Amino acid sequence: MSALSLRNLLKTFGGLVAVANVSFEVEDLSIVGLIGPNGAGKTTVFNMITGNYRPDSGDVIFNRRAITGMPTHEIVSLGIARTFQNIRLFQNMTVLENVLAGCHCRMKAGLFSSMFRFPRQRREERHAVEQAMRELAFVGLDRQYNNLAGNLSYGNQRLLEIARALASQPRFLILDEPAGGMNDQETEDLMGLIRNIRGRDITVLLIEHDMNLVMRVCEKIVVLEYGAVIAEGTPAQIKTNPLVIEAYLGVED
Amino acid sequence: MSAGAIKERCRELQNKRWFASAAFVCFFLFMALAPSLLDLFGVSGGGIAQLDMLNKIGISAALALSLNVILGQAGLFHMGHTAFFAVGAYTTAVLSTMYQWPIFSAMPVAGLLAAAIGLAVALPIIHLRGDYLLVVTIGIVEIVRIALMNNIFGITGGANGIYGIARPAIFGFVFNSPKSQFYLIWSFTALTVFIFYLLEHSRFGRALNYIKADDTAAAGCGINVARYKLAAFTLGAFWAGMAGTLYAANIRTIEPTSFNFFESVILFAIVILGGSGSIAGVLLGSFLLIGLQDVFRDFDSARMLVFGLAMMAMMIFRPQGLLPPRRRRYDARKLMGKYACGISRQCGAKYNPYDEDEGSAS
Repeated sequence: MSALSLRNLLKTFGGLVAVANVSFEVEDLSIVGLIGPNGAGKTTVFNMITGNYRPDSGDVIFNRRAITGMPTHEIVSLGIARTFQNIRLFQNMTVLENVLAGCHCRMKAGLFSSMFRFPRQRREERHAVEQAMRELAFVGLDRQYNNLAGNLSYGNQRLLEIARALASQPRFLILDEPAGGMNDQETEDLMGLIRNIRGRDITVLLIEHDMNLVMRVCEKIVVLEYGAVIAEGTPAQIKTNPLVIEAYLGVED
Repeated sequence: MSAGAIKERCRELQNKRWFASAAFVCFFLFMALAPSLLDLFGVSGGGIAQLDMLNKIGISAALALSLNVILGQAGLFHMGHTAFFAVGAYTTAVLSTMYQWPIFSAMPVAGLLAAAIGLAVALPIIHLRGDYLLVVTIGIVEIVRIALMNNIFGITGGANGIYGIARPAIFGFVFNSPKSQFYLIWSFTALTVFIFYLLEHSRFGRALNYIKADDTAAAGCGINVARYKLAAFTLGAFWAGMAGTLYAANIRTIEPTSFNFFESVILFAIVILGGSGSIAGVLLGSFLLIGLQDVFRDFDSARMLVFGLAMMAMMIFRPQGLLPPRRRRYDARKLMGKYACGISRQCGAKYNPYDEDEGSAS
């Protein structure tokens, strides 16, 4: 069954066609990579899935339900979480508080009950802190919970964004260049992490320029160029696809 | 003990979670003694002038704290807060003079009407960002002032305003003297601090801070940005309306000029200068901006010059304000190292649902 399917997504900015009739499926519990040269429209596709952009036409179907044009926060509560290409952490807040933001949509306390801290809300709050610490431990940052997010290394900031996204208890995780700015060792760790995320029954869709990571971690790859899908298939198929080699990977020596 | 050690101990103390609450309790206990202290030191005129000034500061502090929710916590550039204050004051004045409502009954009505107007004006503009919102809110305060000036609905008394507003009374006790007014106003201010302190440390306050920091990221975390912004705006307007009631009952004669744009700017400055989002900062800002304005009254226009220069210096050397908000603290030390890790290298083989099967995909 496919967790997410995109059907003929179209998005134009002024006269520029950023995404032209993109359709592809993401199978449940798979790890799918979306690759393509800079400006191919990868992030625009992500933004349409997460409700940051509304497509001009086409549909986004998540678990057999059309979510096209829904506001972002509702999409998050349906179970799609994301990270950003240009890291968007709350830089002046602590690591823990950043992750608590992700817990927010799973908490129920209203304005007054959260203010006056009834026992039930205190429990909920304590539970949220535990949940946040669990996600921090998962990405290996629990010992840094009280540091400012802005003081973390670049690679750790990327991991923190993943923890924050996981805290919203998603069934589907979208990672926009998770290895951007990471060194080789960190990228190696990230691959293990992505597999472990899938191990928690979360489907993963990622954009990445690090071909080593994409080829080793993804089960399916979709290649975008000039806003259109030019190829999709297993890493082995993509590696040998002449269209992809021409458009993106270049000819190997 | 050396100076360094003392400094270190002070820092430790400040980092305690109870430090802020304890500081507020001490502050309000001290304020409770203020009238007696004025008596004790035999301030000329029985300290009435000083009490009047403190009353003014107390009302401004409550009002600025209500703006702090909107501007300081949620980061909405709102420079029209006096409009809601005016709505509250005029509602109280009309209910008191035309319908003989007791002040305390008028108070919630004043708050609710201000909140309703706040919600109505915020709905179409809440999605505006930064400077755009600022310009629109400036418009709001002008519209309200001009409406009052033109005797809207024939009940605001035009440029003359409304006079003869009753004193607040409860169970036959009338808050008549400056001293009783002082206790009434500062009780309200203390209540304001209490309520907004709880708000700051709730899930709601946290959500506002996320929105202030980055509303796209906040939405991406599942926070309903528009709804929270509206809630902050409406709550701030509600509280400003209630502060308006106290103002009307304190001053007893209100006129449109008391609610002009300049007053809005001062409120804005109190929040920014004191420390955007910090309750203690806003209290300090109220004392400095309202109190010092009064102290330097004799210098007239020169005082505004000094004022402006001081503000410029502040924004250059201490843009976060005099007392910026403290970091929230969470009790999570015990939870460190307790949960499983998903990164093999850092945490060993604690978490490993999938065998590391390198190359299976390639």
